[in-house]
Amino acid sequence: MFDLPTIWAAIIAFAVLTYVILDGFDLGVGILFPFARTDRDRDIMMNSVAPVWDGNETWLVMGGGGLFAVFPMAYAVIMPALYMPIVLMLLALVFRGVAFEYRWRVVRWRGLWDWAFIGGSTVAAFCQGVALGALVQGIEVEGRAYAGGTWDWLTPFSLLTGAALVVGYALLGATWLVMKTETDLQGLMRRFAWPLAAGTLGLIGLVSLLTPFQDPVYFDRWFAFPAVLYSVGVPTLLLLDALVLFRGLRDGHDYTPFLASLGIFVVSFIGIGISFYPMMVPPALTIAEAAAPDSSLAFALVGTVILVPMILAYTAYAYWVFRGKVDPDAGYH
Amino acid sequence: MLDAVSAETLARIQFAFTVSFHIIFPAFSIGLASYLAVLNAQWLRTRDRTYLTLFDYWKKIFAVAFGMGVVSGIVMSYQFGTNWSVFSDRAGPVVGPLMAYEVLSAFFLEAGFLGIMLFGREKVGERLHMFATAMVAFGTLLSATWILSVNSWMQTPAGYSINDAGQFVPEDWWAIVFNPSFPYRLMHMVLAAYLTTAFVVAGAAGWQMLRGTATAATRKMFSMAMWMAVIVTPLQIYAGDLHGINTLEHQPAKVMAMEGHYDSHPDGAPLILFGIPNAEEKRIDHAVEIPKLSSLILKHDLNAPLDGLDTIPDDDEPPVGIVFWSFRVMVALGFAMLGMGLWSLWRRRKDTLFEGRWFHRAAVAMGPSGFVAVLAGWITTEVGRQPFTVYGLMRTSDSLSPVEAPAVATSLLVFIVVYFFVFGAGTVYLLRLMGKAPEDTGLDPTAEGPLRTAGITPAPQLHPDAIPGE
Repeated sequence: MFDLPTIWAAIIAFAVLTYVILDGFDLGVGILFPFARTDRDRDIMMNSVAPVWDGNETWLVMGGGGLFAVFPMAYAVIMPALYMPIVLMLLALVFRGVAFEYRWRVVRWRGLWDWAFIGGSTVAAFCQGVALGALVQGIEVEGRAYAGGTWDWLTPFSLLTGAALVVGYALLGATWLVMKTETDLQGLMRRFAWPLAAGTLGLIGLVSLLTPFQDPVYFDRWFAFPAVLYSVGVPTLLLLDALVLFRGLRDGHDYTPFLASLGIFVVSFIGIGISFYPMMVPPALTIAEAAAPDSSLAFALVGTVILVPMILAYTAYAYWVFRGKVDPDAGYH
Repeated sequence: MLDAVSAETLARIQFAFTVSFHIIFPAFSIGLASYLAVLNAQWLRTRDRTYLTLFDYWKKIFAVAFGMGVVSGIVMSYQFGTNWSVFSDRAGPVVGPLMAYEVLSAFFLEAGFLGIMLFGREKVGERLHMFATAMVAFGTLLSATWILSVNSWMQTPAGYSINDAGQFVPEDWWAIVFNPSFPYRLMHMVLAAYLTTAFVVAGAAGWQMLRGTATAATRKMFSMAMWMAVIVTPLQIYAGDLHGINTLEHQPAKVMAMEGHYDSHPDGAPLILFGIPNAEEKRIDHAVEIPKLSSLILKHDLNAPLDGLDTIPDDDEPPVGIVFWSFRVMVALGFAMLGMGLWSLWRRRKDTLFEGRWFHRAAVAMGPSGFVAVLAGWITTEVGRQPFTVYGLMRTSDSLSPVEAPAVATSLLVFIVVYFFVFGAGTVYLLRLMGKAPEDTGLDPTAEGPLRTAGITPAPQLHPDAIPGE
C-alpha cells in the first residue's frame, strides 16, 4: 500500500487539489469580472488576487512537472490525448496572466485586457473541467502511447464537467470576494454566491450520476466493501458543507462561505480519488505501471518531503501578510 | 499543403518558437532580480534615495517581464508532453525529477516572495522586504541551475542506464546533475543574463539622456550598467571559450559546424571568420580565414590536428548553415559588448560618461544586444546537437508524440498569433515604461500610504524632486 508509486500518486493528487482550490478562486474572480458594477470594483477584485496568483498557478506547473517526473508514461499518454484542451488552457492562462500587469499600463486598451482576463479565466476553467471529464471517460492506450484520435476528448460528458468547473470556480471566486471586500461589492458577491452554490451542487450531483455510465467499474469501486464506508461519507460531508455554506451566506459571515466552498471542492476531489484508485489513467493504466523507476521516485521524494512543507509555510506567510480586506488605494501601480 | 510538412517538423518549429519566446524573459528577469536585490541593499545601506527610486522603477518593469516569463514558462512545462511524449516517457525518469526540483525549489520561492517584494514593503518592514527581494533573486538563479542541468544532461548524458522499455533509468544522481557540460553552460547562461540586463538598463538610460529627460537616477543606473559591461564581458568571453573547449570534447560535431570545418585539418585548422556554408558541396564558399587560429583557440596549439565533418556519418550531422551563422552573431555581439565596456572606461576616465550623443546612441543600439546574443547562442547549441534530443542516444525523430500534423499545425498557428499579439503588447508597455526617466516619488517607503506634506514641513523641502500633493 505504501510503496513509492502510491505515495507519489498521493502527492500528485495533493498538488492538483491545492492547485484547484487556490487557482480556483482566482480564476473565479476572473469569471466574475464582467459582473462588477464599477471600474473601481474591478480594480479591487484584481488586487485581491494580484499578490498571490502566480504562486497559485505554480501548483499547476507542479502538477504537470510532477507527473512528468514520477509518472512519465502517464504524462506521455495524457498530454497527447488532451492535446486540444491543454493547449487551449495554456493560451487562456497566457492571456489572463499578462492581464494582471497590462491593464494597469494602458488607458484606451484597458477594456481589451479586462476581456483577456475574463475570457482567459473562463476558458482555462472550462478546459480544466473538460480535461477531467475526458480522463474519467478513459483514454485509449496501446503499448506505452496514446492510441486515440485528436477529438476523442470531446463528448457531452466532458463538456458538462467543463461547465461544472466554471460554475464551481465562480463560487470559489464569489465567496473569496465576500471574504476580501466590503460594501457594495461584497453584497453583490454574496447575492451571486447563492445561485452559484446551488448550481455547483446540482452539477456535482449530475456528474456523479453520469460517472458510472462512463465505465461501470466506477460503480463497483464506490459500492464494493469496504470502500462503501468512505462512499457514504462523501455525500454526507458534501451536504454538511452545503449547509454551512448556505447558513454562512444567510447570516452574513465573511469567512465561512469561502471555507465551506473549499470544503465542497476537497470532498468532491476525494470522491474522484475513490473513482480512480488504483488507476492512474483510466481505464487501463495503473499507478504502478505508469510510475518511473524507483531511483527517480526516491530522489524526487527526498526534496519533496523537505521542500513542500517549506513552500506551504511561506505561502501561508504570504497570505497572512495580505490578510484582511483589500485596501482600495493600495497597490504599486 | 499540410501534407507536405510532417508533424515532426511542425512540432520542432513549435518548440523552437515557444522556447525562444520564453528564454527572452528569464534572460532578462534573472539579471533584473539580482539588480533589484543590489539596488534595495544599497538603499538600505546608504539611505541614498536614488537607489530607492531605481528600485521602484525597475520593480514595475520586472513585474511585467516576470509575468510574461511565468505564462510562457507554463506552456513549456506542458510542451514536452503534448508534442514530445515519447521523449517524455523515455527521458522523464531522469529529467523529470530535475524539473520537479526546479518547480519546488525555485518557482515556488519566486512566486511566494514576489508579492511581498512588489506590494509588501510597508506591510512587512524593510528587513523582511529585503529578505523577500533576495529570495526572488535567489529563486531565479536556482531555476536557471536546474533547467540548465536538464539541458546539459540532454547534451552530455551521464549517470544513467537503459531499461527494457527503452527508458533512461537514473543510476547516479550526482553524475546526472553535474554532467560534463553543466558547469560551463550554467556559468555561460547566468553571465549572459547579467549582460542582457546590463545592456537593457544602459539602453534605457541612453535613451533618456538623448531625450534630455535624464534624472540623477538615470545617470546612476547608466554608470552601474557600464561597470557591469566592463567587468562581466571579459568573464563571459572567457567562460564561452571554456564552454567551447568542453563542447569540442563531448560534442565535436557541433564545434565542426560552428567552425564550418567540413574537412579535417591534420596540421592546424584555420579560423573561418566569414563565408557561405554550402551544404551540397560540403564546403565554405568565399571563406575569409586565418590559418591555424582555430587550432590555437580550441587546442591551444597552432599545429594541433582537428577533425572535420567528413569524419561524422551524414545521418548524424547537424545542419551547418544555421549553427555557423548563429555562432558568429553571438560572438560578434560579445565583442561589441566588450567594445562598449572599453569605450565607457575611456569616457569615465575623461569624466564624459554622461555626455556624447554617439556614445549614448550606441548604448541604445546595444540595448537589445543581450537578447539577440542569448537567442543566437541557444540556436547554436540546440541546432548543433541535432539530430538528437538525448545526445548520441535518442533521435529527435524518435521523440515525437503520436499527434496528427493538422493538430500541431493549428496549435502552432495559434501560438504564433497569440504570442506576437500578447508579448508584442507587453514589449510596447515595457518600452513605454523604460522611455520615462525614473523619478523620486517623494514617498516615505516605510509609511502606509503617501507621505504628502508631513506636518508643518512641506514635502518639497524634504525631497526636492517631489511634486506637492502627488
